[in-house]
Amino acid sequence: MRQAKNKKKAPTLWSSIDWFTIFIYIVLLALGWMSVCGACYNFDQTDGILSFSTRSGMQIVWIGTSLLLAFLILMTDDRLIESLSYIIYIGFLGLLFITPLLAHDIKGSMSWIKLGSFSVQPAEFAKFGVSLCLAKVMSTYGFDVRNWKDLAICFVLIVVPMALIILQKETGSALVYSALFLMLYREGMPGSLLFTAISAVVYFVVGVRFADAPLLGVEQMSLGHGLVMLLIQMFTAGLLWVYKPEARGLARRIVSYSLAIDAAAVLFARYIYPCNAVWLAVAACAVMTLYLLYLSLRDRSLPYLLMGLFALGSMTFHYSADFMLSKMQSHQQKRIRVLLGLEDDPRGAGYNVIQAKIAIGSGGLEGKGFLNGTQTKLKYVPEQDTDFIFCTVGEEEGFIGCAVVLTLFLALILRLIHLAERQPFTFGRVYGYCVLSIFLFHVFINVGMVLGLTPVIGIPLPFFSYGGSSLWGFTILLFIFLRIDAGRGRLQR
Amino acid sequence: MDEKKGTLKANYELAGRKYVIGGAAVAIIVCYLIRLFTLQLMSEDFKQSADSNAFLKRIQYPARGAITDRNGKLLVYNQPAYDVMVIMSEQEGIDTLDLCESLGITRDWYERRMVEIKDTTRNKGYSGFTQQLFMSQLSTEEFSRFQEKLFRFPGFYIQKRSIRRYNYPYAAHILGDVGEVGPKDIEADSYYRSGDYIGKLGVERSYEVALRGEKGKEVLLRDARGRIKGRYQNGKFDEAPVPGHNITMSIDINLQALGERLMKGKKGSIVAIEPSTGEVLCMVSSPTYDPRIMVGRQRGKSQKALAADPHKPLLNRAIMGQYPPGSTFKTSQALTFLQEGIITPQTAYPCNHGFHFRGLKVGCHGHGSPLPLVPAIATSCNGYFCWGLYYMFGNRKKYPTVQDAMTTWKDYMVSMGFGYKLGIDLPSESRGMIPNAQYYDKAYRNDWSGLTVISISIGQGEVNLTPLQIANLGATIANRGYYIVPHVVKEVQGLPLDTLYTKPRRTLVDRRHYETVVQGMRQAVVGGTCRVANTSLYEVCGKTGTAQNTHGQDHSVFMGFAPREKPKIAICVYVENGSWGATYGVPIGALMMEQYIMGKLSEASEAKAKSFENKHLYKLGNETGEE
Repeated sequence: MRQAKNKKKAPTLWSSIDWFTIFIYIVLLALGWMSVCGACYNFDQTDGILSFSTRSGMQIVWIGTSLLLAFLILMTDDRLIESLSYIIYIGFLGLLFITPLLAHDIKGSMSWIKLGSFSVQPAEFAKFGVSLCLAKVMSTYGFDVRNWKDLAICFVLIVVPMALIILQKETGSALVYSALFLMLYREGMPGSLLFTAISAVVYFVVGVRFADAPLLGVEQMSLGHGLVMLLIQMFTAGLLWVYKPEARGLARRIVSYSLAIDAAAVLFARYIYPCNAVWLAVAACAVMTLYLLYLSLRDRSLPYLLMGLFALGSMTFHYSADFMLSKMQSHQQKRIRVLLGLEDDPRGAGYNVIQAKIAIGSGGLEGKGFLNGTQTKLKYVPEQDTDFIFCTVGEEEGFIGCAVVLTLFLALILRLIHLAERQPFTFGRVYGYCVLSIFLFHVFINVGMVLGLTPVIGIPLPFFSYGGSSLWGFTILLFIFLRIDAGRGRLQR
Repeated sequence: MDEKKGTLKANYELAGRKYVIGGAAVAIIVCYLIRLFTLQLMSEDFKQSADSNAFLKRIQYPARGAITDRNGKLLVYNQPAYDVMVIMSEQEGIDTLDLCESLGITRDWYERRMVEIKDTTRNKGYSGFTQQLFMSQLSTEEFSRFQEKLFRFPGFYIQKRSIRRYNYPYAAHILGDVGEVGPKDIEADSYYRSGDYIGKLGVERSYEVALRGEKGKEVLLRDARGRIKGRYQNGKFDEAPVPGHNITMSIDINLQALGERLMKGKKGSIVAIEPSTGEVLCMVSSPTYDPRIMVGRQRGKSQKALAADPHKPLLNRAIMGQYPPGSTFKTSQALTFLQEGIITPQTAYPCNHGFHFRGLKVGCHGHGSPLPLVPAIATSCNGYFCWGLYYMFGNRKKYPTVQDAMTTWKDYMVSMGFGYKLGIDLPSESRGMIPNAQYYDKAYRNDWSGLTVISISIGQGEVNLTPLQIANLGATIANRGYYIVPHVVKEVQGLPLDTLYTKPRRTLVDRRHYETVVQGMRQAVVGGTCRVANTSLYEVCGKTGTAQNTHGQDHSVFMGFAPREKPKIAICVYVENGSWGATYGVPIGALMMEQYIMGKLSEASEAKAKSFENKHLYKLGNETGEE
């Protein structure tokens, strides 16, 4: 009986693999290779696009080895991978730790280790190690992220590799690990925590980015301050709406009152007397905070207290960040501004973003055709074959090409959600969410930065950006999950 | 149990979070698609920015048309010249001393030039990564010297351009020259861009549009640092330049050369016209200059020196000089009087060393008296034509007022091509001067008569003609009553000639009267003032002129044509301060006719030509003054 079942099971490795995901993977690889060709091709180039002296030729090598790697992973027993999780994690920590010591400086980054004639970036591979380790830890019996202690363990597991990567001066790669909080959210981390964290990032980015922009043309008012105040009011009202359904009337009142006060203040400054009317919005926030704290004391209600603290913390965070930034040395300030894409190039603020927009915008509906893009080929866009590769898609394949690529990524992520949700064990589900969170973060930041919507953070676009390390890294990340998924049928045994 | 139930419920709730995450992913992608839509489909700005980023539209200059003489001898053609270009970012660490030596420039000049190039206020398109003009138009010798050492000077390049070359040192005024366009040219014609060349004088100017051709364009790809990376789509959008039309001049360069030789050291002009076609065979203006000095880097300097010369070599006296025609004008008077019936060929007027009437005296030389028309022309009798004008302007039966007579007279003059520009295909032609009734009314407050203006009958007084107009008079008489507007271009390759230069224009005088005047002009050569021009080879007809002027010695003038029947050449020789017409005008005219009709000069004539070449009426060089 058992034997018969095994016989029946034997071919199911191939039948239980999710071919749909592999199909998307292959299509993305092909489109990615075309983009690398477009980005690296010179109009006066004599070698063909397949020659190994060109990047497009080398990318073929990376793609070939990635496929081999994918095959090898599928051939491995998923239980073996699972049992090695901790060892892999610790190994990567060690590798990340020694990387800055072995690395040679490449454009200020200390993240590359030379192996013969190749350089590898351990930070790109560490993602699957961290994901495996988190999955393993979280699948232990009785582990629950709603438990503060357990949540703290996850934080530590994520923050340690992040810190090591920041030491390599690869802030972008380090920030990718913050995507794993999305997985923690799925696993039960309070949504308000995620919301608070996202709020802090939004306050910071908006505040710094628009700090010097005048509001409605009135010099005394800062658009950044005004927007952050408005966001605090709206976020607080939103929290109230979600977590205290019986107080939705209050949430409605907060929205309408604060909108009225803010609008009145701004219009007063604009049309009657130019002054810094943002202070009125700040006052409105303060009143709102005090009222929430008063309600918490009156009703002895924890949600009111937390919401009051959220509003108070938001304001404190915003002003202290502002204060800290002004106290920082100019080169540190610059680093932060560079991170936010406010300054990034000797040729002036936002040069790559402008050139990226020109390249994409000139593509039109159908694009200029394969290898016919002018902006990318003539090196108007810096980093065009790595971080800004999406420009090539936009220029050569146009809106249609971009839409196809973005839809494929969306399909991949949604498919991965589906696969993760069908895992019988926590291990597989956690790992799956790690993978899809990382992909989502990469696509969100990379494409957003090329479109001028998110800060310029130098991280690759999965399967598109040139380079062996990132391609191998993403392939391993994805195929370990596919292997785990392929083994899900063991539950029936 | 309860706890487990709670956990399961919580897990169930947590499963709902996949929708939050999936929703976030969908929202992000939708936002990005909207953004892409606005970037790629809503605005053309990015497309234009991309084009101006990446495409360098480089102009390709067409070859300017070549110019040949009427016999197909090449006069003007193009020759490569070489500009030295420099790319600043590449020229580190060269031996400047060696460079200066190879280019024949001083260290100072080098340093000044480098500062000029980098000065973005003046050199607007400056980029350290593209070629900048360092030194323009090296000659072939300079170029070959520099070329040998070029490898030692990284960052320096040679760019080929083309400049005009002249095969002969003659005909500078007619051929003209080319120079860089000025701001006015650019404003007037959008074809030109700063740095282009344009015809400045002569045929180069008047036939500019035909000669220049059409510029082509090359669409090149330029990278972010301004470097050229090749052609866009292998030149699919390039336009090849259309070369300029070649031009055949009506000038006979040998005749022109002889004319310039003969006029050496004299001021004045020779114009020869083929009567049957109006083609100008030669147009000498003296003093002249070698057109070859107006080329390349020395053009500015040469131009300045010529402009400062007191003898005005830049002035094309043949069409810009306005002179009293003197006795050559008498032919036109004879024609007018005959047509108006004032005289018949048999009418004789007395002349006692001139025209004496009511205290007015116009002198004349000794000859028989009274004379009928033919001998009067032959001997160039002043008295005859003064009487003629007197009777015409005094004829109150025919002309109610003197003004009417004057207007009639003026109409005859204008019909012969005087008083207005003839319309030759050269820039800056003068119209000369033919007075009209209003002019004298103003000058004499309506109180004037034929006597007051009597000197116009002998080509003095207010009458001024250009040498071209005098030559055209000769051509009109040769044609017995019509002329074709003189022109210096015989053919523009591939284009029809302007009908202005093919349509005959008749004067108001009948052919038969012309025959009478031709007789007179023939008499002048056989036994009158033009005896020097007589030859047994062909029948020459001529008329001398000795034009008085207020600036010293009389001008020596000759107008004639040959042969008498089926004339091949009509000519005007005008030598400023050459005294009698017979002194310079006639012999020079005779030599020119011989050269053109016979194709060369006889030995005797050659000797004569040589002696004229060495007769100078003013000192060559910078000093003014007449001999």
